[in-house]
Parts: sequence; structure tokens; C-alpha cells
Amino acid sequence: MTYIAKPSIHHPGLTKNALGHTRRDYEGAVSTLCAGCGHDSISAAIIQAFFDLNIEPHRVAKLSGIGCSSKTPAYFLGNSHGFNTVHGRMPSALTGANLANKDLLYIGVSGDGDSASIGLGQFCHAIRRGVNMVYIVENNGVYGLTKGQFSATADKGSKSKKGASNSDSPIDLVMLAMELGATYVGRSFSGDKEQLIPLIKGAIAHQGAALIDVVSPCVAFNNHPGSTKSYDYVRAHNEAVNSMDIITPREEITTNYPAGTTELVTMHDGSQMLLKKIAADYDPHDKIAAMQFLMRESAAGQVVTGLLYAERDSEDLHQHIGTVATPLNQLGDRDLCPGSEALARINAGLR
Amino acid sequence: MKPTDITNPDYFHKVVDCQLACPAHTPVPEYIRLIADGKYSDAYMVNWESNVFPGVLGRTCDRPCEPACRRGRVDEEPVAICRLKRVAADNKDDVRDRMPKPPAEKNGKKIACIGAGPASLAVARDLLPQGYHVVIYEADPFAGGMMRTQIPKFRLPESVLDEEVGYITALEPEMRLGHRIESMKALLEEDYDAIFVGTGAPRGRELEIPGRQEASANIHIGIDWLSSVSFGHTTKIGKRVIVLGGGNTAMDCCRTSRRLGGDEVKVIVRSGYEEMKASPWEKEDARHEGIPIFNFLVPKAFTHEPGPDGKPKLTGVTFEKVKAERDAKGRRNLVPTGEADEWVAADDVLVAVGQENSFPWIERDCGIEFDRWGMPIVDEKTLRSSHPRVFFGGDAAFGPKNIIWAVAHGHEAAVSIDKLCHDEDISDRPAPGVKISSQKMGIHEWSYDNDISNEDRYKVPHRDPKLTLRDIKMEVELGFDLKAGLAEAQRCLNCDVQTVFSTNLCIECDACMDICPTDTINFVAPTAEETESELRERLRVPANNTSQDLYVSTPLKTTRVMIKDEDVCLHCGLCAERCPTGAWDMQKYLISITHAGHACRSHAPVGAK
Repeated sequence: MTYIAKPSIHHPGLTKNALGHTRRDYEGAVSTLCAGCGHDSISAAIIQAFFDLNIEPHRVAKLSGIGCSSKTPAYFLGNSHGFNTVHGRMPSALTGANLANKDLLYIGVSGDGDSASIGLGQFCHAIRRGVNMVYIVENNGVYGLTKGQFSATADKGSKSKKGASNSDSPIDLVMLAMELGATYVGRSFSGDKEQLIPLIKGAIAHQGAALIDVVSPCVAFNNHPGSTKSYDYVRAHNEAVNSMDIITPREEITTNYPAGTTELVTMHDGSQMLLKKIAADYDPHDKIAAMQFLMRESAAGQVVTGLLYAERDSEDLHQHIGTVATPLNQLGDRDLCPGSEALARINAGLR
Repeated sequence: MKPTDITNPDYFHKVVDCQLACPAHTPVPEYIRLIADGKYSDAYMVNWESNVFPGVLGRTCDRPCEPACRRGRVDEEPVAICRLKRVAADNKDDVRDRMPKPPAEKNGKKIACIGAGPASLAVARDLLPQGYHVVIYEADPFAGGMMRTQIPKFRLPESVLDEEVGYITALEPEMRLGHRIESMKALLEEDYDAIFVGTGAPRGRELEIPGRQEASANIHIGIDWLSSVSFGHTTKIGKRVIVLGGGNTAMDCCRTSRRLGGDEVKVIVRSGYEEMKASPWEKEDARHEGIPIFNFLVPKAFTHEPGPDGKPKLTGVTFEKVKAERDAKGRRNLVPTGEADEWVAADDVLVAVGQENSFPWIERDCGIEFDRWGMPIVDEKTLRSSHPRVFFGGDAAFGPKNIIWAVAHGHEAAVSIDKLCHDEDISDRPAPGVKISSQKMGIHEWSYDNDISNEDRYKVPHRDPKLTLRDIKMEVELGFDLKAGLAEAQRCLNCDVQTVFSTNLCIECDACMDICPTDTINFVAPTAEETESELRERLRVPANNTSQDLYVSTPLKTTRVMIKDEDVCLHCGLCAERCPTGAWDMQKYLISITHAGHACRSHAPVGAK
């Protein structure tokens, strides 16, 4: 951690986005995590994504649970709404907030402990309900705050800092999310912002439950030989299936790509996603083939990254349950509690 | 791009913009830290080593360091370096026991310094402790040169000058005051091992326009008049005064006139306000004393009419109105506007349109060559003339500059003289001394204050003009008090505490890049054919200031390289604080220019290499 605040002086040549903000305007407080923590890189990627998409910070709500990862919303988007919830309960709080005010953009930040252990049930239900959110798991495979015990995502056979081998099977949140009906699923690496930033931007533009599993090395407890979540291991086994750009409506697509290698997807908010194939036979819209590919590569020790699955015409929870267009928190008492006559009418309709 | 060679002392010296810009290469951040620490005497001595006259320069320096200051590139204004120097000088303890002592044994070499101005005194200061017998000749009855005769006492109190000249005379040079050298030939015949000419630019430029001769009783040459005021020969001036010229001498002339009875003093300049040679703060000080500056007026004639005694008496000056225009080649010329001439009434006119060198006492056949402009041919590095034993420095060498340049010349000439007297090749210049020390104290603790101050530049308080305009010796500037001095010192970015990168320790976690407040750090994979200018374009923020270097590492594990744009680095150390492996370290590079003495010598006889 750092004892001084990050100086407010910035580069005089820093660019401004369409709102007139610099990237520095999207920062939060200075991080108190360990030096070199992958989570800080993810925070930097989130900052860049919101800056690039010209999103006003007050339109964003950031929620988290407990853990190193869940501290990070303090370190980005200092002018956004925030809620640091109980351990593992971020998905429920987020679902509730989203139901009450669907106009905000929701970003849930969690870790492998918060989501794959104590909050696994919460994680599953928020995903399967299709809550419109960006769910980022900062996945380092260890419980960093309690000195580095294996977490539920640690690979079987991987080694702890002291040399102990993990005998439990890992939970793969990407596979779980796909199975549970997430409509946008990606995996990335904190050390690869070129991949991570567009992936986050795509998730923000996506309508529905978007999960990004970000392998984020814990430099204090899980960045050693024998770890499968270290900088060196991930760099050596990173298998990107595609790369992407998010093009906001005011930008133009200038580069030409050979036919068959790219795909243009129009997103819910009007922006476009330019998807560039790296693995020739990987189709991120074919869930079953994608899951097979992931299982095969995972068994071979590879870390498959990129946009792994995206449903073309996705829906979210509000569409599923047919809420009114106005966010519920903006409805008056009369609309929310229409009185006993309305209740009687409903009851009569059910008889 | 080639990896940066940080073992070359020039690389990090370039990063310390202020020190590089200072002709004498004063280690500015080092003394500013000492001021912030309340160690005023230490700060003074760091200055004294480098620039010999900290108290004088803290009031009068031309401050080449300040436009160079990095703070000026990231904030509205640079650090008030010059006036911080004064804080050290004003608040130090008695430093006499820290000064070098005259050596008990002389080395048998005899040096003559002609003129007792800043250049000669710097030569004497460097050579005397080495055992040289230095004889200083000065035509005036006091030492100090232009610092005494041309700088008004309301800018530089006599006591400050006396003190700092005193530190040099305490080293026991042979002072021959009131002794004007009339012949270089005669001097060369004496038993001097080397002669240093530091006679300044003693002649004010004339303004030969109609009426100059007739009205000469009320037309004065600026520097001569200032000198006459300094020695108390001139004590008053007419009510209406015109000062011609836009340099610092003109500013001193007009402000002095205000104190000697000039109620209506005007400065009238050929060029525009921005192009005036005077330092911006000196122009400001003049205006602060109610002196208007008129621009784009070229003096055409002095007007006069017969006075009560029948002799012609000055009545004013006629000016032609001009404007600035660019010609086809883009050069800026002053062309008449065609408007009617303007006449300005005056009782006295001070001509401060430039200074010239003058060497009537150097015989042209004594072995010293001069160019067609009458300037001696002097080597810029060694300060040696075409005569092997004669050196020039200060304004005498290359025309009018300023005190800090004179001191810098003095140091270099002293090195040359020292090497000459030890039978060494004087063109072989000594490398600077570099002291490297890591600033790491603990996990996130540094031995310098890395927290960046957000304060704006502090203004130096002035005395009430009602008081200062009445007393020509009353200093106008009050200097920073300790509180303002501390706050201003904390604006310094510690540019001498360098970010040193070790490729082999880096794990490429991006932490430094993410935390850097000014986006100076990049990790990129340059292609083989990529040029530096292409690379500069694709950094996180394009590095458009090409006068500032890129710090390029050797290739990392992923084949990328670390590229840091030195331009706007705040030296806050956050890259090193956020680095998990210590690949970044904050190391102080204290660079000191080698002065005359043992360290400057190669210890190898001429021709041995």
C-alpha cells in the first residue's frame, strides 16, 4: 500500500472524452492493496473502460462483497454509487438495487472466495436470473487476506507458497456461468489490458448477466513456481480465442480485416463489437461447442481467454418479469400500492 | 531503440532541468530539500560551492533555472528557485568556520586576475585554497565589479555583497584596488603563470542621433550613471526622466531615477513589451513603482533650446512610431507606421541601449587574437584565448551575459589554469562527480519528502513603495519568511531523485504504469524498424517534448520494453512504492561539477595518452 495520496497533478497532454473528463477523473482513492496486486490493474482497466465509453460516473453503481477484490471499488470511479455488502452477498444486494432502479449501470466486483465459496449460491442465482450487470471476479486462487490458503478456484495439484499441493477440484466460474445461462461470458488476465479493457466495455454494453473471470495474480501468496495463477504461468498458458474492440456510436470503423476473420455485433446500447478471431474454429455464439473447447483446453492446463460466449439477442431480468419502463424507485406510492380495490381485482383474476 | 545508458552521468543530469540550465550547475533540488529541512547553513554551502555568491544571486540572478523547472510543465508556475536561495542566505548561521582556509603552504604559482567582478572572484575562490598566489587588480576602490557598481542597493544591499566578497578576500588574495591595468604586454612580462581577464563589458553603448552632442549635459550613459550613483557622486536627477532601452540596466536606471527626484520617469523602448530583454519580474517591479513602459518608439532626435546660461539645454526626445512586421523570410522587423512622430518632454535622459566590450589596454600584438568585432577569440570550454597563458571569463569573454555565467566561466577557467600549472592538457575536461544513493528507508518510506504539494507559487513580499522610493538603499524585496520558504521549497519535485529501473527484477504486473500520476510509464513491444519519433507517438500520452529523453529498458521477459517519458515525471516515487519486486528504485543522483584542484586533474602528463 501507499501512504501518500496519488498526486492530483496529471499529464498536461491527457486526452478528454466526450464528456470533457480525463481518465484521471474516473479514479478513486489510492489503493491500499499490496504492491503489484493484479486487482489494481483490473481497477485501471475498469477506469479506462468507463472513460472510453463516455459514461458519467453518477450513472454507475459499484457493489462488492468482502475480500481483497471487494475493496477495489474504492479505488475506481470515486464519483459513482457504491455498496460494500456482506461477505458473498453482493449478488443479492445488486439484484435488489437493479430491480429498484434499472437505469443505473451495475458493476459487481467479487473474488474467488466471495463468489466461489461463501457466495456461490448467490452467484448462481444472480446469473440464472439474468440480472443486467457486469460481474467481475478477480480470481487469484487464494485467500489473500488470510495469508494464502487455497480458494475454491485453485487448480487441483497446484502448489501453495509453502509447497503444499491442492487436492480439491476447482470450481470453474466460467463454465458454471455458461451453464446457468449467463449471456456474456469472458475470461481475461490482469496483466493483459489490451484484452481486458474491450472485454469490460463489451460487458457494459451488453444487456443481461455478464461475467468476466479475470485471473489476477496474488503477488504476496500465489505468484510462485507451482502456482497456476502466477504472472509467469498465465503468460505461458494463455490461449486467447479472439480479440475485440468496442466501437462507440460516434466512432468510425477504419481498419479493414480479411473476410471471415471478423464479426460485427451490434450491442444493446447502439455501440458495435468488432470480434476478431484468433482460434479459427472457435464460435463464441455456440455455447455447447464453446463449453467442449473450454473443457478440453482446461484439461490440458491451458488458460483460455477472450470473449468465450455471447448470446445474440439477450434479455435481462426486467424483460423476463415484465416490469414497467419507469424504474420502480421513481414510481409514486399510488403506483406502487394501488390500494385494496386493485388487490381485489388481482385476486379475482386468480380465482 | 537502444536501451538507455544510465551509467553516463549526463543522462540523469538532463533530468534535473534546473541544474542543467544553471550555468554553474548548482544542485538545486539538494539545497531546496535542505531549506525545507531548516538546514539553511547547509543549503547555503551547497550553493556557495557552486555559485560562490548565493546571497547576491538569491536577489539578482537571471534565473535560467526557473524557465527550465519541471514544475512549470505540470503546474502554472515553476518553483521560485532564485528566492529560495535567498532564504538560505538570509537564515544561515555564521558559516565562516565552514569556509576553506588559506593554505599554510603556497604552491609557488602566481596568477593575475584583472577586474574584481564575479568572474575573477570565482577564479580566485577556486585557486586560493589550492595554494595559488592570486593577485586581483581592480580599477575601482572596491571589489565586486558590476555587482557593486551597476546593481542598485535597493535590489542588493551592500552588506550582502560585502559579506560574500569577504569570504573570498579572507582566502588572502593580493588585492590591488584602485589599480587599473594599462598594458597587457607589461603584465605578460611579469612573473605570472596565468592571467585571467574578468573586466566585464564596461562601456555603455552610445546613441548617436541628432542633438546628442548639444544636449549632452543631460544625457547620461546608463551603466556609468548607475556606477556614479553607487559611489555617491550622483545624488539627484531631473523631475522628468526618459530611460531609453529595454534591458535590465534600463530597469535599474528608471527605478534609481525614481529615488533621486525623478517624479515622472518613463521607459521608452524600440521593441514590443514581450521582446524586451529585461527579465519579466524586473519589468513588473518597475511598473509596480509607477514607471510606465512605452513600446514601439524609436528615438530620432534629442531636442534642445538655449538655457538660461545660453548653452543648449535638453528639452525632450522625438520618437518615430514603429510596428513589428515579418518580412518574406519570416524575420521580424520594425517598420515605421507612418504616423506623426511623438515628442516626449524630459529634463534628463538615461541611455541604456546595450553594453560593449572594450579592451584598449590589450595590445593587439601581444599574442591575443581578436575577431572583427573586437572580441577576443576564446575557447568556450577552456576559456583560453589564443595566448596559452591568458584566459577570459564573464562578460569580457563573450559579451554581456549575467553574474551566474561569470561564475561558471570562473570555475572553468580555474580548472584550465590549475591543469595548465600542472602541465596537463587543458582541453581534457574533468567529468562531474556523481554520488548515487538509494532513498529507500522502509517498505514505503523514502528519505525525501515524496508527497507532491499542490500549492501555487508564492509571491515574494515587497516593502511599501512609499518607504522604498524615499531611500535609495532600502531593499525593496523582503524575501520569503520561513513559513513561505518552507511551503515554496515543498513545491520542488526533487528531480534529482531518479527513477532507476532494473529489467531483471520486473514481473510486468503493470502496477507502476497504473499508478503513475502523469502517465509517464509504458510497456510496449517496439518493432525493429520503429523510429524514436514513431514510438513517441504511440505512448500512453504521446511524448511530444522531444527535448526530454525517453528512458528505455532492455527487453523484458515478454519481449516488451519499459519506456518512460522523463518529461513530466513528478519523482513522487509511486512507481517504486507500487513495485512488488523493487524493480523501480528511487536513487538520488547528486551531480557536482568538478572544480579546480586534485579532482580535476588527470594525473597523467601531457602526451601520455
